[in-house]
Amino acid sequence: MKRSERVDRGINVRSEGIYAISSLKEILYLAGPRMALVLILFLLPVVLDSVPYWKRVVNIMLVYSLLAISFDFLANYVGLVCLGCSFFVGVGGYTSAILNSYLHVPIYLSIPLASVLGAVICTLLLLPCLWLRGVYFAIITLMYPLLLTRVIEALNIFGGTNGISGIESLPGNDLENYIIIVVMLAILFGLRRFVNQDIGLVMRGVKDNDQSIRASGINVTWIKTQAVFIASLIGCFAGSYLVHLYIWAGLSLFALDFSIIPIAAVTIGGSGFLIGAVVGSFILVPLSEFLRFFGSFRIVIYCVVLTLFIVFKSEGIMMYISRRYHQFERWVDV
Amino acid sequence: MDILVYGTINSIILALMSLGFTLVYSISRLPNFAHGALYIATGYTVWMLLNSLELSYPLAILIGILGTAASGALIYRFALIRVRGMEISEVIASYAIGLAIIEGLRWGGLRGSTFTLPSFMSGSITFFDVSIDYQRLIIMVTGFAVFVMLYLFTRFTKTGLAFRGIAQDERASMMLGIDSDFTAILSLAIGSGLAGLSAVILLPLGNIVVETGYNVLIFSIAVSIIGGLGSWSGVVVASFIIGFAQILTEVFLSSHYQMVVALLAIIVTLLIKPSGIMGKQKELEERV
Repeated sequence: MKRSERVDRGINVRSEGIYAISSLKEILYLAGPRMALVLILFLLPVVLDSVPYWKRVVNIMLVYSLLAISFDFLANYVGLVCLGCSFFVGVGGYTSAILNSYLHVPIYLSIPLASVLGAVICTLLLLPCLWLRGVYFAIITLMYPLLLTRVIEALNIFGGTNGISGIESLPGNDLENYIIIVVMLAILFGLRRFVNQDIGLVMRGVKDNDQSIRASGINVTWIKTQAVFIASLIGCFAGSYLVHLYIWAGLSLFALDFSIIPIAAVTIGGSGFLIGAVVGSFILVPLSEFLRFFGSFRIVIYCVVLTLFIVFKSEGIMMYISRRYHQFERWVDV
Repeated sequence: MDILVYGTINSIILALMSLGFTLVYSISRLPNFAHGALYIATGYTVWMLLNSLELSYPLAILIGILGTAASGALIYRFALIRVRGMEISEVIASYAIGLAIIEGLRWGGLRGSTFTLPSFMSGSITFFDVSIDYQRLIIMVTGFAVFVMLYLFTRFTKTGLAFRGIAQDERASMMLGIDSDFTAILSLAIGSGLAGLSAVILLPLGNIVVETGYNVLIFSIAVSIIGGLGSWSGVVVASFIIGFAQILTEVFLSSHYQMVVALLAIIVTLLIKPSGIMGKQKELEERV
């Protein structure tokens, strides 16, 4: 009888401690994948220079990966499943549009300002629901974007169904690309650091066993508030960037796409990694461009893929790749 | 009088819509987010059977409801069974299936307002100066009938008692030989069948449009959350609250606010008492 066995690669073991910097090979083993991601991202606009349409797609892809990162962070590090990422996008987008179009705040101020202000608004609106757990929080976050859409429709504020137009566009084609690339990388690597700090540990504790965190004298709601603030900061930045990219803000910012695609991306890419979210949206968004031909059938394909992944392969692509990278399989006699 | 009569009818409509959702949740703790999709799919199937295959109306209805019940069972057997117990995966998986159905219907030609089901009987009666058409009367009667039947079914049949056993204590009832997965399949089939039934009797009131799928889902979530997830008497109370609130907003404000009322009611309920009016969940399960 033989069975397969997984063993860590030698280089994986060697590069764990201080020995990681002992030779170039180990350094490359550790830094290689990270550098590859950075390099590919920075080269993308250069490579795609002749096809401006696909440069646009890269922007959208990065926006979705930001949203997916924020979903992944909330769901897998804090245990708050937010089914309404479009809530963040909408609030950030509308704040930015109002600042820029109504109050004439210049663009280099309106994006950061809208991110922070939007995050504050989102956090305040979500604050009363933070003590809910599990499926209750998921349902209530699903309701928020719908509620805001209906309220804007019913009160006919902020341009009603026509939306807000006359928003300043992002300066220059290259800058438009590099802003979002740099911000995405900064958030990705920054958040990876953040979750390994003490506060990150506490947040994971909130996910796994909030009662014990509470028993340790830590205010669970306060921890959750901080986490929601970070996630909505990311989401609101994505929203306000999107508004300036489209030079228009409307009810479609609260659309289902912004909620479902990040979730699908995280599920496909692998949850609990942050990088899995990025990989997932790098697969899904270009795919959706190829599928544009099918119209609304795209969402069907997404949903089928999402269901298949969540039911049959819930670990995701990134888990598989990293396992292959760090370990090898062999057959042993039993 | 207008408000009273139409409020009652509206409440019964809401109760019928959300009964399937609550039934599934109360028995197998599965939030079936594909509920709205199954509702609209039944309407479309019946329409297709009527207009493309030209079957007789009762036959089309029967096939539609049975088909929906079967697809509910299939959804559980092939997808949800593997994520059972992981709440969030359940929500995402069933929501994804529902979205796939709804958007698939939209893509498959369910657009515009050309799809209508004929009402069972035309004409209306006048009742205290309020005219009610027969379709709404049928809805009221069916609503009562469905509730009575469900009550009898869960009290006096073996399967119904098994349902209640699983709902109360899954492990103990498994020990007594009740198959948990089989009851879940049955409960999903019955819940979906109820969605189909309500679609068939409610859709003649208007057009079959895709957006109804989302609205039905939201309303049924609203009703079952406000009533307390999994509580049947809660469904009745909550649908009367929302039903009358909606009619009142329609009379005094505008119909734009109907959905806002439902959504606000959910949010307020979740904030004040997440287990709902009649809920029996332990407090620790839902809040920190």
